[in-house]
Amino acid sequence: MKHSIKKSPKNYFKNFLTFVVTFSIFSLCLISCNSNNSEQKDVEIDPKNKFPTADSDNGGLVLPENFGAIALTDSIGRARHIAVNDQGNIYVKMRRLADDKGVLHLKDSTGNGKLDISSGFGDFGGTGIAIYKNYLYCTSDSAIYRFKMENGIVKPNTSPDTIVKGFIVQRAHASKPITFDGNGNMYVTIGAPSNACQESPRSPGSKGFDPCSQLDLQAGIWQFKAEKLNQTLQEDGHRYATGIRNAVAIDWNFNDNSLYALQHGRDQLSHLFPEYYTQEQSAELPAEEFLKIADGDDFGWPYCYYDQFQEKKVLAPEYGGDGKKVERCEGITLPILAFPGHWAPNDLLFYKGDQFPEKYKNGAFIAFHGSWNRAPFPQQGYFVAFVSFKDGKPQKDWERFAEGFTQVDSVMSTNDAKFRPVGLAEGSDGSLYISDSAKGKIWRVIYYGEKLALKD
Amino acid sequence: MRKGLLVLIVGVLFSAWSCQSKKEETAKKEEPVVKEKPKPAAPTAEDVVAAGEKVYNTYCMVCHQKDGNGVVGMNPPLTQTKYVLGDKAGLIKIVLGGLSGDIEVKGEMYSNVMPPHNFLNDKQVSDVLTFVRSSFGNDADAVSKEEVAIVRAEQETK
Repeated sequence: MKHSIKKSPKNYFKNFLTFVVTFSIFSLCLISCNSNNSEQKDVEIDPKNKFPTADSDNGGLVLPENFGAIALTDSIGRARHIAVNDQGNIYVKMRRLADDKGVLHLKDSTGNGKLDISSGFGDFGGTGIAIYKNYLYCTSDSAIYRFKMENGIVKPNTSPDTIVKGFIVQRAHASKPITFDGNGNMYVTIGAPSNACQESPRSPGSKGFDPCSQLDLQAGIWQFKAEKLNQTLQEDGHRYATGIRNAVAIDWNFNDNSLYALQHGRDQLSHLFPEYYTQEQSAELPAEEFLKIADGDDFGWPYCYYDQFQEKKVLAPEYGGDGKKVERCEGITLPILAFPGHWAPNDLLFYKGDQFPEKYKNGAFIAFHGSWNRAPFPQQGYFVAFVSFKDGKPQKDWERFAEGFTQVDSVMSTNDAKFRPVGLAEGSDGSLYISDSAKGKIWRVIYYGEKLALKD
Repeated sequence: MRKGLLVLIVGVLFSAWSCQSKKEETAKKEEPVVKEKPKPAAPTAEDVVAAGEKVYNTYCMVCHQKDGNGVVGMNPPLTQTKYVLGDKAGLIKIVLGGLSGDIEVKGEMYSNVMPPHNFLNDKQVSDVLTFVRSSFGNDADAVSKEEVAIVRAEQETK
């Protein structure tokens, strides 16, 4: 007899109900136990590496073999860039104020391996955040501040120092991401306030201003003294590089002591100039450019953009270009690597740690926030890439390191993506932290090694 | 026995359903005939929406997205907002004259520039707004090209 036990739907329901009730009571017990007894941990610590066990689903991420991830928190709001202190506490810069706080401090206060909001401070929204010499540097769209840290913590009611103030108020590309070199300097991106410096912004066929005066105080990366207070753009800022439309992803590479960044390329080639570009071309062009930046470099925006198929900088249509002409773009500094259009690189991190396998050392992680400007084709991006470096050069066979953020097969509209990677940080133990801008989920990615079968 | 009963029930339900859908089909087919005073020159509501969708896909979708939900922080959503469902003249003004400056929609700020779309003719504007006001979960009445013409005339005399 195949069916020796008969189960009526009624019985199924009864059994299910019993299970739900039992499970609920059990869960409640667990929760209350946890909150009452901080010694109890429901995370196994492997003595070999002292890493907490990865989530069975890696927090929804798809990672290379032997890597695992823990979702540290899942919905703190519109997160942007993040910084991690030596104790594994995370500071998150929030796009907008969350309960009147622009910076959130997350820590594991219950010992369960997950983080919760410990405190909040800073009355400004923004993007940039970094720990530098016992200070937490945070940026609004118009200024850069720092908060003193003691033992890795910003104490309550710490009033910030102002490092730079008075950036031009702009609506487009207003984020002020920052990074530091080892020589007392801080670098900040000031994005272009427009798509392509058109006389009539984002209007079909409109020419570009020539010269584009937006380049004077925007559309580049500026250098400031890292510790000098009350600097201003006009008096203290040094225009380190120009012709960069918007580089939200910037990082100093200590391996070769150089500044690197990724540019958000311009939008809407076919929408604005349908006579020169098909929708297919407009979805792929221009490239998102990975730049190695030396003092004084000019990368050509708004006059030029990089075409990854022709492998050269070509003249923008606002300045007489037709998709092929080069003219004034001859000799403009090229990217070191090119990604397809509109993927929106929003953070860059050169990996310094020893936790991950050897090939990751001194290579670059890039968080692609994901496109909005590829319609009518599916949107792309929405993952964290890894680019290995060999002899100081990026390798073309970059990998999709962390995927699964969108939780859907195809993103037709940006809202289809459940999560969007936006910020990266490295812990002192070499763990990689990734923040999401949609809900405010944060993951810690750990390399568990080949011998550790931590996941069934 | 029981199985037989189940098959019977399913069969009855299915035939009832197919009967019903056939009725609907017939009703649909009969519709034009039933209409006593057809206006052959006037486009149907479906035609207007289809024409509006075409305009939307060409000029609007790139920013406001296929689902009309826009892009966080940049391009505002067109769903369930007073900007779309409220005063029609205000909505027409935005399309013809563009919009710049931060606007708040449903608690979110949006900052991208919308260029003037006065290069679209009155019919294109009324078609696309009729499409938008009846799509993405929206359910508001149509916009006529006469309403667009009035706003355009006002804007041009300013």
